Amino acid sequence: MFGLNKKDFTLLLIVAGLTMFAPFLLNPFPEGSAMAQFNAGYPDLMQRFVIFGIFAIGFNILFGLTGYLSFGHAAFLGVGSYAAIWMMKLLTMNVIPAMIMAVIVAGVFALLVGFISLRRSGIYFSILTLAFAQMSYALAYSVLTPITGGETGLQPKMADPRILDAALTEGATPRANLFGLSMTSSYELEVGNWLFTFNAGYYIAAVVMLLAFYLSIRIFRSPFGMMLRAVKSNQQRMNYTGLNSRPYTLAAFVISGMYAGLAGGLMVAMDTQVGPERMFWTASGEVVLMTILGGAGTLIGPVLGAGLIKYMENIISKINSGILHEWFAFLPDGLEDLIVTLIYPFIGKGWHLTLGIVFMLVVIFLPGGLVQGGQKIAAWVRGGKAGSRDKASKSTKPAE
Amino acid sequence: MDAIILQILNGLDKGSAYALIALGLTLIFGTLGVVNFAHGALFMIGAFCAVTLSRILTLSHTVIDETKTDFLGNPLKVDVPYIYDIFGQATGDVIIDWAVPLSILFAIPVMVGVGVIMERGLIKHFYKRPHADQILVTFGLAIVLQEVIKYFYGANPIPTPAPSAFTGSFDFGAMLGFDPNTIIYPYWRLVYFAFAAIIIGAVFAFLQFTTFGMVVRAGMADRETVGLLGINIDKRFTIMFGLAAAVAGLAGVMYTPINSPNYHMGMDFLVLSFVVVVVGGMGSLPGAVLAGFLLGILESIASMTQVLDVLPGLNQIIIYLVAIIILLTRPRGLMGRKGVMEE
Amino acid sequence: MSKSNFTRRGLLKTSAVGGAGLAVPTIFTASSASAFTNEPTGDTVTLGFNVPQSGPYADEGADELRAYELAVEHLNGTGADNGMLETFSSKALKGNGILGKKVEYVTGDTQTKSDAARASAKSMIEKDGAVMITGGSSSGVAVAVQALCQEAGVIFMAGLTHSNDTTGKDKKANGFRHFFNSYMSGAALAPVLEKMYGSDRKAYHLTADYNWGYTTEEAIVSSTEAMGWETVNTVKTPLTQTDFSSYIAPVLQSGADVLVLNHYGGNMVNSLTNAVQFGLRDKQVNGKNFEIVVPLYSRLMAKGAGANVKGIFGSTNWHWSLQDDASKAFVKSFGTKYGFPPSQAAHTCYVQALLYADAVERAGTFNPCGVVEALEGFEFDGMGNGPTLYRAEDHQCFKDVLVVKGKENPTSEFDLLEIVEVTPVAQVTYPPDHPQFAGGSLGSCNPGA
Repeated sequence: MFGLNKKDFTLLLIVAGLTMFAPFLLNPFPEGSAMAQFNAGYPDLMQRFVIFGIFAIGFNILFGLTGYLSFGHAAFLGVGSYAAIWMMKLLTMNVIPAMIMAVIVAGVFALLVGFISLRRSGIYFSILTLAFAQMSYALAYSVLTPITGGETGLQPKMADPRILDAALTEGATPRANLFGLSMTSSYELEVGNWLFTFNAGYYIAAVVMLLAFYLSIRIFRSPFGMMLRAVKSNQQRMNYTGLNSRPYTLAAFVISGMYAGLAGGLMVAMDTQVGPERMFWTASGEVVLMTILGGAGTLIGPVLGAGLIKYMENIISKINSGILHEWFAFLPDGLEDLIVTLIYPFIGKGWHLTLGIVFMLVVIFLPGGLVQGGQKIAAWVRGGKAGSRDKASKSTKPAE
Repeated sequence: MDAIILQILNGLDKGSAYALIALGLTLIFGTLGVVNFAHGALFMIGAFCAVTLSRILTLSHTVIDETKTDFLGNPLKVDVPYIYDIFGQATGDVIIDWAVPLSILFAIPVMVGVGVIMERGLIKHFYKRPHADQILVTFGLAIVLQEVIKYFYGANPIPTPAPSAFTGSFDFGAMLGFDPNTIIYPYWRLVYFAFAAIIIGAVFAFLQFTTFGMVVRAGMADRETVGLLGINIDKRFTIMFGLAAAVAGLAGVMYTPINSPNYHMGMDFLVLSFVVVVVGGMGSLPGAVLAGFLLGILESIASMTQVLDVLPGLNQIIIYLVAIIILLTRPRGLMGRKGVMEE
Repeated sequence: MSKSNFTRRGLLKTSAVGGAGLAVPTIFTASSASAFTNEPTGDTVTLGFNVPQSGPYADEGADELRAYELAVEHLNGTGADNGMLETFSSKALKGNGILGKKVEYVTGDTQTKSDAARASAKSMIEKDGAVMITGGSSSGVAVAVQALCQEAGVIFMAGLTHSNDTTGKDKKANGFRHFFNSYMSGAALAPVLEKMYGSDRKAYHLTADYNWGYTTEEAIVSSTEAMGWETVNTVKTPLTQTDFSSYIAPVLQSGADVLVLNHYGGNMVNSLTNAVQFGLRDKQVNGKNFEIVVPLYSRLMAKGAGANVKGIFGSTNWHWSLQDDASKAFVKSFGTKYGFPPSQAAHTCYVQALLYADAVERAGTFNPCGVVEALEGFEFDGMGNGPTLYRAEDHQCFKDVLVVKGKENPTSEFDLLEIVEVTPVAQVTYPPDHPQFAGGSLGSCNPGA
């Protein structure tokens, strides 16, 4: 279906199911309970999951398929964001033109950077992309302040022209919308102690992500994707057969830059603000980590990696000692203090430490990333049955 | 003219820091082939060796001074370092004053230890893994090391001054016949430059003129063959890792009076050191040193107001701009070897 | 057109929930149950403390958090004492929470990045039902979060933010700043500098190359030139710079005899350390001693520069060595709880939390529009800065500014700065339409929902 084989179609269906029911799945704990701290089903974080999912999917098209490790992908996300916010300032608060412009501008910028950087391979390529991204960041922060707003970034203002929109009433704030449907509007469902939020912005972003995901499956399975994999496995041999690999890698680079631009545009659509630190090398590094953490070269891995990192950043960092004391209040005082003291360095302001440990554990024990972890569990569940049969057969052996 | 001399002098010093960091990184990255994102963290740990030693030297017991009061109006508690009790106040002060140079002795064993443990415990298992895995694991390690330091020392920079004998600056201008005060240079930075030159020279001599160095160089070129000859190359690579960590750490120790160390200083230098190594060319020690000095000098010149008036913002991007130009004109950086990290 | 833009999770969280398993689908409109975003309906109210917990300002953020925790204790009446509630001129607060509701709080990490700060603030609003967001340690973050709070319909009480823009071109009706700003630094410093160094000086500026640096440079240049100083050169330095030697080396050649470092945080520590290392302060230029000025001082950061701050002038919002009753009360309760004196960041955050609570109490509602009305034009005293006005036109506090100097003989690791002069408020006041604050408008208060 949709030109996909059965396995891929199932995967797409699973992803679609997960994203559509995310407001339920991410809010497993009732409001007001101690575990509600771990709920992630609020609009902002759900939006971030899918947006960074798109970013990582796009990155994976380049890195996972061709093996070219770009260390400057955040630049495309940033450039896309700036394009989107300018559309919102000049044209309309409708998100469609903003997103289209974000993709186009990021694509053009990627073409430029890719054309130059792809002249080199390996680490030399990585450093070239890094250099372009760092230059974009440094200039956006400083001398380009008139265009980028510098440190304080850009936001839609009352006084912006917005030629397509009707004038705002005095005191109203400009809001990103889709033909009048505000990105921040939500539908809430109370079921007992649970509260589920269905946010318009999230669903728009989720649909975009599904399209992006579908497209990436098609790319992975296409002859073009095959060609990219050939680049990864042995570019030299490919060149010897008379094939020029440059147009393919450049196309992959531009596509993945456009994905980043789309993510940047969506970011602005969901939260109308752009700042230059979005382009800093740590942001580029983050998407690399997301992809590797999830499993480079796999379809779903990057999305999982993005989810895990964003979850830690937004949930673990918010646990403070007061909450810990609440959790362990049932314990005797001395024991409570001891446990809180032991856990405290890993939560709240120590969330980076937990993140670092998770990186190391994953890469040491799951060389294929989280996807491999999933496969192992799946194999264990299936193999558990098989294993028990093995055992059964073994245990019968001595009887012979 | 004097302005340019001044900036070249300045760039030499900046460059010596870059070269020293890049030298350590290139030993690991350019030769062992490990993308070590924890290299900045090693530099940072070196710097904190200096902080730790000065903390140890100033370990104190409190004496209550009844004549003064603290901010809450209670009697003031005065810290008296134990070292005063041992050597007397005058000698004690001198020792505390010289904490940073003394830290060199302290840092060498610590850093070699850290390097060896890191290699044996972690990196060893990643030689054959893809670079992506190396990035993830070393980045994770860097974060962990950084957070541990933050946990114990806080996030603020910690002042670690040079011995008072080295405060102030040397007037080159007067020596060269320019007006006084036109070309001045801090003594400590001259010390840093000399120190870097010695370390760089020592590393080169070690690799060039010792049998050990010869084997390591052979191992870099063709690890398998050297292994087949019955030489335990693994052990030597471990030692190399320890050496690289020590070089990074010493760069950090001596850097503390220039910039007060804080827990994320390693990350600030990480990207830069990768750029320097790659511009120098993968697998080339002289390349890394050359690139370090080149970028240091260009960065200094780009920060001159005469330059900025013409090209505003050039100081923001100069390093990256130069990197792009060099990599486009010289495919393997300044002195890179063919086939290293190119796939 | 704007439906429920942010949720009323606070309502659900705090109210007793009945009817298990009963689905109650509701589409929120402006006429729905809550009159404004996150209206607290239970017996508690949630505030959001959004401070840097990682990155270079983590220690400052930690100090802000300590101050907030102290403020919450004082508001709830559970602390060892009542801190500034005793000295605050408004007596609306009773120590029984705010409007009788117990104060609870959530914390988040801004990472000193505007994206992360907004993500954290949004989670406080959407997930935890926070009705007010406060904190932060940079102007970029303050401006970003302030805009978010305006959109979401909650109050933003800025933490440490010194750029003119926060209450200038980026001001918002839902945002309030107690901290002083670049203009005030310039206006307060200039007379003291004139008195100390004379009116015939040549200044060389090194300026951090971003918005805050620009506004500070502009403020210092214009106020020092007004008293007769000449500006020899202004050089922008990259934010990511750590070694400033190539910027400092040419200073002496320029013939300048004063170096102004428009840097903050790590930049300030490094540039000042480098400048002292170059021996600039031992030099004689134009027959005068060479001097260094740091417009915005912070004790926490001064600590990072160590002995290098000795004798160097700057301005600060507040210092623990102030001897008025309010400052003494605050230092006493903070010092007793934590064992060291509070920083200026802690002070401004503590005061902001109290001012918000007091405004709610006086307005009789948590509705942001009521709070805005209560804070606009509010005059108060007993918060450590003397008589203070929250100006209605731009939501900026007007109060005395401290000119400080690095202490020559510190008695403890906290005793780094000494107060040289308390510049009276009249001298740092400017008209709301001052050119350095031009552009932007407050708009009107947004209650959300």
